[in-house]
Amino acid sequence: MNLHEYQAKQLFADYGLPVACGIAVDTAEQAAAAVAKLAGDKWVVKAQVHAGGRGKAGGVKVVDSAAAVGEFAESMLGKNLVTYQTDAAGQPVSKILVEECSEIASELYLGAVVDRSTRRVVFMASVEGGVEIEKVAADSPEKILRTAINPLTGAQPFQAREMAFRLGLAGDQVKQFTALFLGLARLFEERDLALLEINPLVITAEGNLLCLDGKINIDGNALYRQPQLREMQDPTQTDAREAEAAGWDLNYVALDGNIGCMVNGAGLAMGTMDIVQLHGGSPANFLDVGGSATKERVAEAFKIILSDDSVAAVLVNIFGGIVRCDLIAEGVIAAVQEIGVKVPVVVRLEGNNAELGREVLGKSGLNIIAADSLADAAQKAVAAAGGGLA
Amino acid sequence: MSILVDKDTRVLCQGFTGSQGTFHCEQAIDYGTRIVGGITPGKGGQTHLGLPVFNTVQEAVIETGADASVIYVPAPFCKDSILEAVAAGLRLIVCITEGIPTLDMLLVKERCDQARARLIGPNCPGVITPGQCKIGIMPGHIHLPGKVGIISRSGTLTYEAVKQTTDYGFGQSSCVGIGGDPIAGSSFIDILSLFESDPETAAIVMIGEIGGTAEEEAAAYIRDNVSKPVVAYIAGITAPPGKRMGHAGAIISGGKGTAEEKIAALTEAGARTVDSLADIGRALGEVTGWS
Repeated sequence: MNLHEYQAKQLFADYGLPVACGIAVDTAEQAAAAVAKLAGDKWVVKAQVHAGGRGKAGGVKVVDSAAAVGEFAESMLGKNLVTYQTDAAGQPVSKILVEECSEIASELYLGAVVDRSTRRVVFMASVEGGVEIEKVAADSPEKILRTAINPLTGAQPFQAREMAFRLGLAGDQVKQFTALFLGLARLFEERDLALLEINPLVITAEGNLLCLDGKINIDGNALYRQPQLREMQDPTQTDAREAEAAGWDLNYVALDGNIGCMVNGAGLAMGTMDIVQLHGGSPANFLDVGGSATKERVAEAFKIILSDDSVAAVLVNIFGGIVRCDLIAEGVIAAVQEIGVKVPVVVRLEGNNAELGREVLGKSGLNIIAADSLADAAQKAVAAAGGGLA
Repeated sequence: MSILVDKDTRVLCQGFTGSQGTFHCEQAIDYGTRIVGGITPGKGGQTHLGLPVFNTVQEAVIETGADASVIYVPAPFCKDSILEAVAAGLRLIVCITEGIPTLDMLLVKERCDQARARLIGPNCPGVITPGQCKIGIMPGHIHLPGKVGIISRSGTLTYEAVKQTTDYGFGQSSCVGIGGDPIAGSSFIDILSLFESDPETAAIVMIGEIGGTAEEEAAAYIRDNVSKPVVAYIAGITAPPGKRMGHAGAIISGGKGTAEEKIAALTEAGARTVDSLADIGRALGEVTGWS
């Protein structure tokens, strides 16, 4: 789960870390009024969306009057912001962050992530701040400093000092960096983060460290013990169908193709998409109905798949390990009848009671095409959807 | 021979009296697995499925002489359950549960390594040696005792590979689901090394998916250390970047962890990679000369 910049900065502030004074607002009037509560004669206004690249897309601006703040908010709120990280439709803007402006001397990068291969939370820092860290990693990997946190001991001050000196910080900045590093490590652990990024972390004209941006991603598995963070979820930033599916405990990801896929198991769902493409088709979605594919869940899954107008055929691929295929077949029939599925449905059942399941489908009298293998199912689905896409 | 488990493995179940524990232990017992008891704190002294229930793992190990544990407790309690199994001296711990917080797993994995306890999973179907011992949620009836070792990050994809190797008559020596989470108790490499030294295993099927670099690391290991034929399939060639594909660990982030990179690494390492999931059995027949 992602947070907005203003929410990340609120967490930074809760942990005593240096952020600029700012106010997040929902309307142009509030935006203009916010200026009166902030210091200085210039302000930064930033559209709040779950995507990077906002600056280049016009979603971040420095302005010098309350009227200009209001204008910016007016032009952004309720619109979608398209950046290189979003899809063509962009992400809706429902909040603007109005912040005090800071004089910047230099820009650093500081981030932390769970590194899967070393199984450690790894902090990364670079003097190349303000640009994409992936680009720095590709072009000049030697410019990225790393330090891993031992899960048993936690982050230690020496790790922060070492990084600070190597970043070329001196004097009080080293102390500030150490406090920042340890604070972030505590935040990461206590709030079950998966990723944390401050890009840029700036050194102001006065020589102080300041978190100018903030990106936080939270481990979805840990949300049950993070009630405060759960409240921060912004459903407008996720695909409506994905959100609907999540409500039913179904994993759904929208794709561009025209063959809807309903599969049990995440790996098999990916494998099914792949085999559809291999046979010249194009998958419309990823959908894992999970291990306990009940009639209700199958019906909901159908509704979600069919809410995508480009779906021309549906491929149901179930490997019944524990779940019985005849029950799945009944679920498919009930769902097809209940919601009046108009497109062809190709069903491949394998495993537990598969034959009985196929029999049930055959007797239903519905437009359900039974397939006897995975490859056969993919071919039939591609044909049913009107052949391969160009 | 086989790897990890066989007919003599004495298995405990943590979360024994819950619905998942009950259902899957019944299936495992039917399959012939030597389940020797279970743990449900507060229900010690009771009998469940004709077997003793204990309050603590320590007590269960002392009373039953168990050497492995399977965990079906809900995700919020798994860290505690795994650490309890480690503390009781168990050397094989299989955790089926999905949804354990990643930071819990960082600690758990560190502790397992220190104690030299082998953890399989979490978020996995478990481990099976066909005809001998089934620890987990996989359907026993699709397996056939035989000569192919199977390792996979995905449950249902493992079943596909099992079915194909059964249909071709090759059978399986053992099958290990290492799980779909970003932090796994055992890696591909851990299991590859066991299959390489297992005389019953003549060939290996490895099933990976997008996300992380475990497949690339496995490829380097295969190149340098594995003499047996390896057939590999990687799921997610059509997966878009930045989207989590069901499994917590299945995500292409920052341009890393794509199926293409993994397939290229495995091919270069001498493994036979298949583009279609349906071709695993056929490819295995070709590389081994069995068919």
